[in-house]
Amino acid sequence: MEDKSIGLVETKYFTFAPAPDELVLASGQKIGPVTLAYETYGKLNQKKDNAILILHALSGDAHAAGFHQKDQKAGWWDMMIGPGKAFDTDRYFIICSNVLGGCKGSTGPSSLNPATGKPYGLDFPIITILDMANAQKKLIDSFGIKKLLSAAGGSMGGMQVLQWFASFPDMLASAIPIATTLKHSPQQIAFDEVSRQAIMADPDWNKGNYYGKSKPERGLAVARMMGHITYMSDKSMEEKFSRRMKSKDYSFTFKTDFEVEGYLRYKGDSFVKRFDPNSYLYITKAMDYFDLSEGRLASGTGSDGTRFMVIAFKSDWLYPLYQSREIVNQLKYRQVGVTYCEIPSTYGHDAFLLEVDEQTHLIKHFLTSVCSGKENEK
Amino acid sequence: MKSKRLDYQIIYKVIEPKTRVLDLGCGSGQLLSFLVKEKKVKAQGIEINEDAIYKCVEKGLSVFHGNIETGLSGYPDNVFDYVILNQSMQEVKNLEHVVGEALRIGKKVVVGFPNFAHIRARLRLFFKGKVPITPSLPYRWYNTPNLHFLSTSDFKDFCRRKNIQVLDRFFLGEKKIIRFFPNALALSAVFVIRKNNH
Repeated sequence: MEDKSIGLVETKYFTFAPAPDELVLASGQKIGPVTLAYETYGKLNQKKDNAILILHALSGDAHAAGFHQKDQKAGWWDMMIGPGKAFDTDRYFIICSNVLGGCKGSTGPSSLNPATGKPYGLDFPIITILDMANAQKKLIDSFGIKKLLSAAGGSMGGMQVLQWFASFPDMLASAIPIATTLKHSPQQIAFDEVSRQAIMADPDWNKGNYYGKSKPERGLAVARMMGHITYMSDKSMEEKFSRRMKSKDYSFTFKTDFEVEGYLRYKGDSFVKRFDPNSYLYITKAMDYFDLSEGRLASGTGSDGTRFMVIAFKSDWLYPLYQSREIVNQLKYRQVGVTYCEIPSTYGHDAFLLEVDEQTHLIKHFLTSVCSGKENEK
Repeated sequence: MKSKRLDYQIIYKVIEPKTRVLDLGCGSGQLLSFLVKEKKVKAQGIEINEDAIYKCVEKGLSVFHGNIETGLSGYPDNVFDYVILNQSMQEVKNLEHVVGEALRIGKKVVVGFPNFAHIRARLRLFFKGKVPITPSLPYRWYNTPNLHFLSTSDFKDFCRRKNIQVLDRFFLGEKKIIRFFPNALALSAVFVIRKNNH
């Protein structure tokens, strides 16, 4: 079952909000035109009621499943999306959209500013998770979809799911936020601030104006290295690396003696090839600003129809269990039907990308019951 | 009515159709999915066991993974028509708190529990000097999940002391309802209770 891939896919682009009808942002600033990169898998049915929106995390992109031409690497959630998988492309129409502010084909700080003809850099307005959701809403509208069967995503993808519910409750038959939170804690903001400082402290950053010159690769690599530590757990690092060495003895230099050092350096170095440092600044800021606590998640009363499945992982210390329970409590208070599961994984925050069997079991049955629930209503 | 379990049959009769039901310690969701199918209730479960959660999800139920104490918090008052505490009350640590919370968030609470004063329990204790084992109390002293041991009379007293109104009560034998000397002959009991507003 897991081997079945959706096969060859390609990224598409949707452009909207040309001047003077620009997208109004939470900050009050405007931006336009806006392009979102997205991919779709499966077929939209005639009633247009089988669509599921997949939302990605900080460093993700629109390429969630299948393969691009001349590329060996599958999409970031390929194990979960495809024929017979959790998000079954034989039954559902899957849309994965890159976020506003990203660097994978959507409008972001590395895009050309129509006013100057040069990349935005720091002239790009500060964006929020709400702005991301508002942009995605335009994309969903463009398909003529009135109501999504579900919106699902982990980490920052989960924040977008929650934002979708807060902004457009009537457009969601169900929602699946995974390993996420209603708001960043000071600890999470602190990690983000250190990664931003790492980028901004790199002399190549040049106040965000490095396009066409050498990019602040060291800064971004350090940010990514730290990120990777927070995505794992003490136990998963012990299992993966222990204190294993690259050679027999200590080198008595600052070369990479330990495997974990080599791994982090490799991860940092490969990340800078595919990610824009300014995007990293903007997107982490958007995550830090996100706050749907204190009744802001479900303020309306029309939210009774949306069913939730909230998934958390026991070893996730970056987005700890209490944050998922707080989401559930907010939903309980508003009498939203919610299933909550704590999966006993050792992978830490990364578990949402790795714990395929448990998530498949939960999500598959959940989506089936959302579908049959809709039938019963008729 | 298809369920063989007598307690399920009784609870099934008690629950009005199309109501909101919370089952505390819903296990694999047998009773809840039955109520959803047959009585069209809006159901929510709370369950600690992970495998049981997966089974609930297979049945299409909304279920909260956690212990009963943490699962109860966060609900507004009177949000459920019924809160079911079937065979789980005697297993919770902070029983007074749990029953109090159940009465707060539920208009009615359905409590099912094993009767520690069943005649077989009394005889075993009296003649053998051993901790009771009965069909409703099947565990050994060292592996029982039960933290509280009570009789049907004890629960009646509890309700009086706590100013809880008993709306209905059912005494269960192995296969049928017990009508006489329930505190000695019932293996378990189901009480329907609510806050006394007077």
